[in-house]
Amino acid sequence: MSPKNGSDDKPLELYVPEPEFRPGDKPDFSNVTIPQAGEGERPPIDVPADDIRKLAYTIIRVMNRNGEAVGPWAGELSDERVKEGLEDMMRVRAFDARMQMAQRQGKTSFYMQCLGEEAIACAFSKALRPGDMNFPTYRQQGLLLSSDYPLVDMINQIYSNSADPLNGRQLPIMYTSKEHGFFTISGNLATQFIQGVGWAMASAIKGDTKIAASWIGDGSTAESDFHSALVFASTYRAPVVLNIVNNQWAISTYQGIARGKAATFASRALGFGIPALRVDGNDYLAVYAVSKWAADRARAGHGPTLIEHVTYRAGAHSTSDDPSAYRPKEESDAWPLGDPVERLKNYLIARGAWSEAQHVQAREMLEAQVAEAQKQAEKNGTLHDGPHSSPREMFEDVFAETPLHLRRQRQEAGV
Amino acid sequence: MARMTMIQAVRSAMDVSMGRDDNVVVYGEDVGFFGGVFRCTEGLQKKYGANRCFDSPINESGIIGSAIGMAAYGLRPCVEIQFADYMYPGYDQITQEAARIRYRSNNDFTVPMVVRMPTGGGIFGGQTHSQSPEALFAHVAGIKTVIPSNPYDAKGLLIASIEDDDPVMFLEPKRLYNGPFDGHHDRPIMPWSKHDAGEVPEDYYTVPIGKAAVRREGEEVTVLAYGTMVYVAETAAKETGVDAEIIDLRTILPLDLETIEASVRKTGRCVIVHEATKTCGFGAELMAVVMEGCFDHLEAEVIRVTGYDTPYPHAHEWDYFPGPARVGAALKKVMENA
Repeated sequence: MSPKNGSDDKPLELYVPEPEFRPGDKPDFSNVTIPQAGEGERPPIDVPADDIRKLAYTIIRVMNRNGEAVGPWAGELSDERVKEGLEDMMRVRAFDARMQMAQRQGKTSFYMQCLGEEAIACAFSKALRPGDMNFPTYRQQGLLLSSDYPLVDMINQIYSNSADPLNGRQLPIMYTSKEHGFFTISGNLATQFIQGVGWAMASAIKGDTKIAASWIGDGSTAESDFHSALVFASTYRAPVVLNIVNNQWAISTYQGIARGKAATFASRALGFGIPALRVDGNDYLAVYAVSKWAADRARAGHGPTLIEHVTYRAGAHSTSDDPSAYRPKEESDAWPLGDPVERLKNYLIARGAWSEAQHVQAREMLEAQVAEAQKQAEKNGTLHDGPHSSPREMFEDVFAETPLHLRRQRQEAGV
Repeated sequence: MARMTMIQAVRSAMDVSMGRDDNVVVYGEDVGFFGGVFRCTEGLQKKYGANRCFDSPINESGIIGSAIGMAAYGLRPCVEIQFADYMYPGYDQITQEAARIRYRSNNDFTVPMVVRMPTGGGIFGGQTHSQSPEALFAHVAGIKTVIPSNPYDAKGLLIASIEDDDPVMFLEPKRLYNGPFDGHHDRPIMPWSKHDAGEVPEDYYTVPIGKAAVRREGEEVTVLAYGTMVYVAETAAKETGVDAEIIDLRTILPLDLETIEASVRKTGRCVIVHEATKTCGFGAELMAVVMEGCFDHLEAEVIRVTGYDTPYPHAHEWDYFPGPARVGAALKKVMENA
């Protein structure tokens, strides 16, 4: 192309990042550097961000290929607690499979599974205490499913049925539970990230000891609210853990569009002076250890931490999405961090604390638990067959007190 | 009873609220040490400490988003957006978050938050310091929008807003900060110290949200106005001699439908006045309310007198501003067939 301005300058070109593999390609991640388990220091919780810059670029891992926990981040959890963690993840997987199917059967409009990402929310939840608050996005069902939140209530919400705790007002999976430290999911992206910072600031203003955890996906780190959150968290040293779940894909858009090829998501925090740790999100033990470190740090008054959980979205974005249109089918299996359930199972087996038979038994037990909860929930109805809450509920709770114009509209609607 | 400007009244409201309730916190751009560019928060940091009144980064989405989180925690944040024109980066947080959190969580979480913002023109602020975005709030289910027209109401309404359990957009007409403005920009400024509505109790009181005030009783035509336009309408009525009933809406959502309907049914005529742009302005809603509730009583067309559908022009501010001449012409027009 000849220069348009007649000079010798080379014409500029717009760079648009592209993923390495598209449908039909054979995915090969052998060029992706995966650090050895056990590498990466474990700094004291009051460390300045600048002293641990490396941790924003590596991947902290605990479990090695032999199923052993190694390095400075290992040794945090007893076998009993790890078994609970494994069952939590298996419960999430069983729940997702069942609800995915329920959507296909027409019992609800929509579902989002977190296949392959179960370790992140399940392990993180164990680093928090009662009274702390998550500001989740839509793939953190593991926070609730690893707590004592009733499965039946989750399904009632997904079905928008007559026992839906949200009265049929919110999309399936947009749960709410203050009691379980789970802020109401918006359905917008990134707005909750700064809200969590505000909640944490409030705890500090009141002189309380509670901390917050904000959640965001790789794609929506591009939103302004991500940067708002980092500014406020940094300025006021808010007691908050800022979690990025990097599952490589934002619907069909690969992570390079939000990130460029310049840096890691974790390193975004360094310019704000916020310590940043990149962790193997498919390694339950590593996620727990790093989350606990960040939660301890927040609680001790040292301020915010940003964690990038590196994982892979093994399923579709939602029931409305078909990933075979934009990425190779084999990509999930080729992804080098493996499956979080399999890895934790192998760890427990290597320790002699678990067996294949126990694993099968646990899976069957959890599947039965979910099926039973589903049966109970269906007594309260499903989205398409009802019953639902009264249409009168539509007009309630827009405000604490329903104003005249809404009362008139309700009368007009005859409900 | 003291005489206060609207700035002092707004400050007094925050002072009284912070004194009564430790959960009230105040922040925004330049709000802390300096006390705000309009001085509305002057002295609050010194009195209540930097953790209850502080400067924020220049980030409206961050200010409002963090306030939502604080409100969900149990605080009652009262944040300042330096000019209403600057609220747009926070509009997503207002409309899709604050407005709906009670509803979508079925009361599990609520947002008792006030967003204060100076609104309107008349100070040569040009297109980015003169806007009146109230209709953009009123159109959204789940937020209240309050626009006081004098110091007494400003204090009472702001305390009521801080105590309200839902998010309130509190628009302060900046041209009224220092005195009631009748629209005659070329005449000497009347200060609040010479106006009855500048009498403001120093202690706690509230003015209810959602209740309009009849500023002037009249028989011939109802004028629906709020904020700066209340005094312009009063002046226009005086200058034309039309016996207008002037209603200061004070809150545009929830709207005091009953007061509006009773007045228009009585007078049979209605002129609607606001400074914001015309198309889809709040006047369009008011006109619809009058049509729906008072059609059989109307004796003349309903007329809107508003800002034009242009950006707020700097040099032509007084051509844009719907002053007493334009309001007066509308009053005469609806009286033509009387």
